[in-house]
Amino acid sequence: MMSNAILDNKIMLECMDIKKSYPSPDGEFVVLEDFQLKIHEKEFVSIIGHSGCGKSTLLTMVAGLNDITDGKILLESRKIRGAGPDRAVVFQSPSLFPWMTALENVMIGVKQVFSHGTKKQREDICKYYLTKVGLGNSMHKKARSLSQGMKQRVGIARAFSLKPKVLLLDEPFGMLDSMTRVELQDVLIDVWSKEQITAIMVTHDVDEAIFLSDRVIMMTGGPYAKVGDVAHINIERPRNRTTTIEDPRFYKYRQHLLEFLDH
Amino acid sequence: MDSKFIKTIKWLGLGFLEPLINLFQGKETDKNVRLVLRQIIAPVLSVFIFLGVCNFGASYLYNIEKERKIEKTRADQGGAAAEEMERCIDSGEASCKPNSLPSPGDVKEGAKALWADHKKISESKKAFKNKTAKINAQRKASGLEPIKYTGRPSFVDQIKTSLKTVFAGFLLAAFLAIPAGIVLGLSETLRSSLNWIIQILKPVSPVVWLLLVSMVIKTVLANSDSDKSFIISFISVGFCSMWATLVNTTMGVSSVDKDFLNVSKVLRLGVFSNVFKVILPASIPMIFTGLRITLSVSWMVLIAIELLAQSPGLGSFVWEEFQNGASNSNAKIIVAMFVIGFIGFMLDRIMMIIQKLVSFDNN
Ligand SMILES: Nc1ncnc2c1ncn2[C@@H]1O[C@H](COP(=O)(O)OP(=O)(O)O)[C@@H](O)[C@H]1O
Ligand SMILES: [Mg+2]
Repeated sequence: MMSNAILDNKIMLECMDIKKSYPSPDGEFVVLEDFQLKIHEKEFVSIIGHSGCGKSTLLTMVAGLNDITDGKILLESRKIRGAGPDRAVVFQSPSLFPWMTALENVMIGVKQVFSHGTKKQREDICKYYLTKVGLGNSMHKKARSLSQGMKQRVGIARAFSLKPKVLLLDEPFGMLDSMTRVELQDVLIDVWSKEQITAIMVTHDVDEAIFLSDRVIMMTGGPYAKVGDVAHINIERPRNRTTTIEDPRFYKYRQHLLEFLDH
Repeated sequence: MDSKFIKTIKWLGLGFLEPLINLFQGKETDKNVRLVLRQIIAPVLSVFIFLGVCNFGASYLYNIEKERKIEKTRADQGGAAAEEMERCIDSGEASCKPNSLPSPGDVKEGAKALWADHKKISESKKAFKNKTAKINAQRKASGLEPIKYTGRPSFVDQIKTSLKTVFAGFLLAAFLAIPAGIVLGLSETLRSSLNWIIQILKPVSPVVWLLLVSMVIKTVLANSDSDKSFIISFISVGFCSMWATLVNTTMGVSSVDKDFLNVSKVLRLGVFSNVFKVILPASIPMIFTGLRITLSVSWMVLIAIELLAQSPGLGSFVWEEFQNGASNSNAKIIVAMFVIGFIGFMLDRIMMIIQKLVSFDNN
């Protein structure tokens, strides 16, 4: 599918006039102001920006884990209220419950979402996603005994298994070494291509943003951060890592992003 | 196989034996010889030095006490009596032994005496049981209370009583403090409104708890023939020691990793799941840290409480020996001191092992 075609899809998520400020000793500290964003169904959007500009703040607001000071966030034209499994989150630290097995970590969410199904059906869902992320043989291991990369695989399985409307990823590979990061990018894009879930990913890795996304949102530096620039990544999917990296368009996008970040 | 063995040993808190095992297997001889010297030989040496110092101190105090006794006899009864006293003391006669700090040898004799006493008492108990078996069976058949042994308890019986009391107190503390801590941890309002009472009650001395508990129990159990002194001591122990668990549970529950709570929110877990599947498991390590402190505090205050409440146990044993003033009383007190210390140490070790079992962050 050409990336452009996605822009004809209906709007899945919309941030309208978002303002976010935190109280601080000397008045309010405005992180985001006049922030606008529309995301289409099945679109994969990355958000990049300097550290501390408010990317996590934005994502946690969309997730419903952080109050919005002003403006509103609409999911399928309905105002979001609180957190919920329709907006699954993959956190930077995998945040698995260490006292549970990998399977139980996925199961606890699936139980909430598919409460009508039988136990067997729910288990099959968990096992399907855990196998998809390459953990078919480690499902019964305690989460605490998994490596960082494996934990994040479980995190990805847990998020997809909720069948969310929007998938939110906050620097999901930020804590991993570069080898593992590449592996997990492939896992993520592999599962994502099947499910076609609208996704927003925060990252500070320019290559990762281009390789995975249909659109890259560049945020201006904070405070008072807003959308500074947007790059539409018109590289056909499915993308192959080697051919994508050799694609001249890839370099053009890369140049564009790096130039923006340099300012 | 070998490394598993060493792991088990370490897990039991006996890690200091590792170099010795390695040495026997001929691994890294130089390094392990040094480690054995440091971790095994040096501590063993320190035991001997400790005994030597005790021995020296004891004989120094003994000589002062002896001189004083002879001088006193001389002043009261004249020179002949004083010489007689000196002879009597040197012969080791128990009746003229100066009353001072016992030497390690005396302590060993004291321990032997206590053990012999225990043997004797358990024998007489057994004899009593055999003698009354038939009568008690008859009494039971006709609905009467059996005849009970009412002789003096032995040292070992006292230890058992103390352990029973400490466990009762510990369980009471756990049953009060864990649920209360969970509720306080969950509700910020309750926490801030009840904080003052916790802060005030926490430092209250065991003695005061004992008095308070006896005031209440006296009235509540006025007409019951249950073992009041046991009930009073274990409830006092529970109240003295529960604070560590209460504070730790509250802290653990109220400071659960924010990421875990966020996951719980995203999954929209219900209150029940949130508490029992996320918050409680996450605070288990903190709760057990609290329980470990609670158990060691229980043991420490128990001795004082038994001593004051005159309820049977090691505390009253120590007190009775102190008042009794027999020639080997002081030695028995020192024996009791080491037994108390050792049991306290073992209790702490057991809790440490349980704590390791339930903690999930470091395996
Ligand atoms: N809870 C908070 N209270 C006050 N200030 C905060 C809070 N969370 C984040 N901030 C501030 O908001 C800004 C944006 O933070 P964040 O969204 O984490 O940035 P990013 O994810 O882009 O690195 C930072 O300056 C940070 O210090
Ligand atoms: Mg961030």
